[in-house]
Amino acid sequence: MSATGRYSRSEMMIVAAARELAGQRVCFVGIGLPNIAVNLARHTVAPDLELIYEAGAYGAQPARLPLSIGDPTIVSGAIAVMSMADLFGLYLQGGLVDVGFLGAAQIDRFGNINTTVIGDYAAPRTRLPGSGGACEIALNARAVFVIMRQSSRSFVKDIDFRTSPGNLGGSDEAAALRAAQGWSGRGPSVVVTDLAVYHFDEDGEMRLDLLHPGVTLEAVREATAWPVRVSAAMETTPPPSTGELHLVREVLDPEGNYTR
Amino acid sequence: MSEAISALVRDGDSVAIEGFTHLICFAAGHEIIRQQRRDLTLIRMTPDVIYDQMVGAGVARKLVFSWLGNPGVGSLHAIRRVSEGPHATLEIEEYSHYGMVGRYIAGATNLPFYPLRSYYETDLPVANTRIRRLESPYGDGEVYVVPPLRPDVSIIHAQRADAAGNTQMWGLLGAQKEAAFAADRVIVVVEELVDESVIRADPNRTVIPGLIVDALVVEPYGAHPSYAQGHYDRDNTFYVEWDAVSRDEAQLRAWLDEWVLGLSGRAEYMERLGPEVAARIRPTGSALAGPIDYGTYR
Repeated sequence: MSATGRYSRSEMMIVAAARELAGQRVCFVGIGLPNIAVNLARHTVAPDLELIYEAGAYGAQPARLPLSIGDPTIVSGAIAVMSMADLFGLYLQGGLVDVGFLGAAQIDRFGNINTTVIGDYAAPRTRLPGSGGACEIALNARAVFVIMRQSSRSFVKDIDFRTSPGNLGGSDEAAALRAAQGWSGRGPSVVVTDLAVYHFDEDGEMRLDLLHPGVTLEAVREATAWPVRVSAAMETTPPPSTGELHLVREVLDPEGNYTR
Repeated sequence: MSEAISALVRDGDSVAIEGFTHLICFAAGHEIIRQQRRDLTLIRMTPDVIYDQMVGAGVARKLVFSWLGNPGVGSLHAIRRVSEGPHATLEIEEYSHYGMVGRYIAGATNLPFYPLRSYYETDLPVANTRIRRLESPYGDGEVYVVPPLRPDVSIIHAQRADAAGNTQMWGLLGAQKEAAFAADRVIVVVEELVDESVIRADPNRTVIPGLIVDALVVEPYGAHPSYAQGHYDRDNTFYVEWDAVSRDEAQLRAWLDEWVLGLSGRAEYMERLGPEVAARIRPTGSALAGPIDYGTYR
């Protein structure tokens, strides 16, 4: 754990991501870091958040933080459990999901995501998991949130494979295609990393709005393979509160599966 | 189990052992390894640890999937070893989750394709040219379509069935129903054999009718380390520990020898796992659904 004072960078990332969910109603939960961030939000800023797990549960209230997103705890006490055909067809493609929360291996400045391969598709250096539901979530959820660890290997100039489209080559192109092709979604809206929080500007490009405590702009630039845009109104991310840290450490992830 | 696999799974077949995290029939996968089937096309939305074991054991020629990993843990290393680099030997055909679901639906409902709003502006249709674009005949834009999927054999795990194979399940349903109806042959494996009257008392819970079932196997704990809602929990410890086993080819071989090839079947497997594991995966409590009144109408 790379502790910065009393909390780790991972903890800051999870807390910052959870805060972004304030005011949202229906959130589609991806595997990994999104899972803990969304459950933290349900305990803090978004008590009415309805969680959709792609495995087929709506309105899940997990009594423990599941290692996998297909855990039995997302079923017991949920509002509805359904086939994946119903989930992806009626709920997601039908336009009922406010936020799709995704992880990523590589992302570019316009929020296009790769989770498929590093290197050439036909003979990859590294085989990643692939789309799962990410591709259709990116297209059909009204807004897309991304949570990922940031480095010059993950914040890249050109992604090796476009698994999930973001703002493509910029907001004009993306808006035109969304309208022409009937996507329900408006594309990426926030990216939260272990260094900072980004939103997307009018060009559809990532803009650094919140810098986590103890992180320098220089460190962010080193961990970004393009000249990163920084908001003139950039602020420091408020550090995790005692309550947020208690929830992450004692309630949600006592074994440290997500915060290591 | 031995009889069902022997009669219904042949070399070169396409085989779908479905179940999304839940109800994954490891017992059937192990029996396929024991019977040394070869050149199989393995189909699953999420290949999971069972296909890592089967690929590691050398039963597969090709993998059809939408998400490849050990959920919450990391990679499937045996599959990665034969699918990365210039000398990859495992053929890969990949979709997204909804694409795979749509393929099963098209296969099950005798349609030439299934349309979906996915894949726009991604590299997936480039990587897999079976994902194609189609102009709507009603003049309102383009959709992507995926081809029907009709596995030679689908293997479905469930909580209970009657002797005729009428099968009920609850909890996460994944694409079990669609995969079963799409297949040429269906093997159902259940935790519990029940009387027909139990099935008829709650017909809404029947997912697969005996009509399409070719073999029924009663195999308690047949899904471990996956789970059966209400019967036993997912064995997350196993999934975490699998990572180290699968990273090392020799360890993987030794594991297969000890836990698959060296055993006669699931009963012996559970005996070997011992009471500690059985206790670990026992649900912490009960959560009964309230009774439903269907009424009688004479």
